[in-house]
Amino acid sequence: MELDPRSDQTKYWKVFLTFARNSLVRDMTFRTNFVLQCISSLGWTLMNVGFYLIIFQYTTSIGADSGWDRDKFFLFIATTWFINSLVQAFFMPNAEEFSELIRTGGLDFALLKPIDTQFLISFRRVDWSALSNFAAGFIIALIALYSLATRQVDPMTPSVLSILLYVFFVACGVAIMYSLMICLSATSIWLGRNQTLYNFWFYITNFSRYPMEIYNRGWGRPLYGFFTFIIPVLLVVNIPARILAKPISPQTWEDQLLIVWGLAATLLSLWISRWVFKRALLSYRSASS
Amino acid sequence: MSSSVFSTETPARTTSQRLSWKLSLWRTILSTALGERLVYRGDFALGTLMRFLPIVTQIFLWYAIFDSIEATQGGKLESTEIRGFHFTDIVAYYLLTMVARAFSSMPGLASGIAREIRDGEIKRYLIQPIDLISFLLLTRIAHKMAYYAIAILPFALVFFLCRDYFASGWPSWPVLIAFAGSLAMGFLIGFFLEAAIGMIGFWFLEVSSLLFVYMLFSFFLSGHMFPLTMLPDNVATFVNLLPFKYLAYFPAAIFLGKIPEEDLPMELAIEACWLTFFIIVCRIAYARGVRRYSGFGG
Repeated sequence: MELDPRSDQTKYWKVFLTFARNSLVRDMTFRTNFVLQCISSLGWTLMNVGFYLIIFQYTTSIGADSGWDRDKFFLFIATTWFINSLVQAFFMPNAEEFSELIRTGGLDFALLKPIDTQFLISFRRVDWSALSNFAAGFIIALIALYSLATRQVDPMTPSVLSILLYVFFVACGVAIMYSLMICLSATSIWLGRNQTLYNFWFYITNFSRYPMEIYNRGWGRPLYGFFTFIIPVLLVVNIPARILAKPISPQTWEDQLLIVWGLAATLLSLWISRWVFKRALLSYRSASS
Repeated sequence: MSSSVFSTETPARTTSQRLSWKLSLWRTILSTALGERLVYRGDFALGTLMRFLPIVTQIFLWYAIFDSIEATQGGKLESTEIRGFHFTDIVAYYLLTMVARAFSSMPGLASGIAREIRDGEIKRYLIQPIDLISFLLLTRIAHKMAYYAIAILPFALVFFLCRDYFASGWPSWPVLIAFAGSLAMGFLIGFFLEAAIGMIGFWFLEVSSLLFVYMLFSFFLSGHMFPLTMLPDNVATFVNLLPFKYLAYFPAAIFLGKIPEEDLPMELAIEACWLTFFIIVCRIAYARGVRRYSGFGG
């Protein structure tokens, strides 16, 4: 039966809302556990903030002439927190479950459902407690913006346009991370089981946590190139953070080129991950008895 | 495994026989645990190598920090320092804390004890002539030995590649001995501290969130994240009184000569006191816990 695209979209949206609601109901069933999870992830945030505050006791910026002073760097941190919390809330639990589905043969049921398999796999579970870090990021961003706007030296308030672009590129960052995660978890179809998935994920995304220019020297250049053009994790946080914080203003043409590449990289990653996922599904052999 | 080891008969009476029985028991536990670990050696070596990747990020982050301090203060990068740590010292510090953590971290120890209490598996230690704490300690020693046997290769490789960061070369013999001592005691403190936390399972059924909080604290306060001397003065004084620093900061600081040589005996004595303290706490907690414990089912 052919459906017109609009009803298709509402169908997917409805399914997603149902997933989200179910997850919320599940989370609320174990309420204490939920609160404890929120508290512990906030604890992790506090520790990181403490670490960076200590660093800024000794230095005025990260990197000479890079423009990443304390307030701007905290905007960077907030961006990292936004993107990571979104990925952890929406995609991380699903990617973990995906490996398990393949190992146990449970993927059969997902394949049989009259809905796009990648959609079903990607959005089935929402980890609501991970969004506590989104709130934490929001508080960090507000404090940093306030401090940035009211300081004596070189005050700055972001324009409406840069905020809109920021939101858009945060979404792009999430899309890049999502694509990477889908590709990584699709490998578990070939490998049977992918235990190191989470570790690998952590080690790769670790590179995205700092301003990209710090890698651009000496033996860091190959890394810089690799993580900008091949696996573009450096773009994820850097592009939105640079748009909002403007460490170097006015923007250079390199900055603008980077933004264009960021957009292209997002589309490419989504497309490649879709391709990888479909290829991987073709090699799926059920594991049932 | 020799059958005598786990028999419930009263073991031999004389002291020498009892000692030899104990030794054979220990040997059995050690060799079982060692075999268990060596099964996944390839995955293991690769995993260890990957664990150094975050240090790459740290190297670049700290370079950028020192670079900007140098730019604002003038002078050369080699002479720029934060609380006595030059750039090369910081990188060496991170590498050394990896060594310290390889000794002091006890993955799954506390949660394992708590699970055995919850599932009732702890019963077997009450019936069989093995003591829970010594059994766990021996298993842990065996696991660690198996770990070092394989991890030494990636560790040696990384340290060789990073040898330039150790600007002052090998420390003197007394320092090296103190370093080895602090690693050994770090292992024991880590063990008894975590075992004591696991014993909390006798009182509360679910300790996983408590464990997470402990992990957070120990990550921050052990100096795994940054050298503890960088903390603001009043905080640093307080944190120095806590035992967490023995898990990572202390051995690394000894190796890098950040603790004056004449203070070493005293510092190590204090560490030994902490170790004794945790052994006692762990023993008391176990004895009390067993008295509280009631096992059901089979």
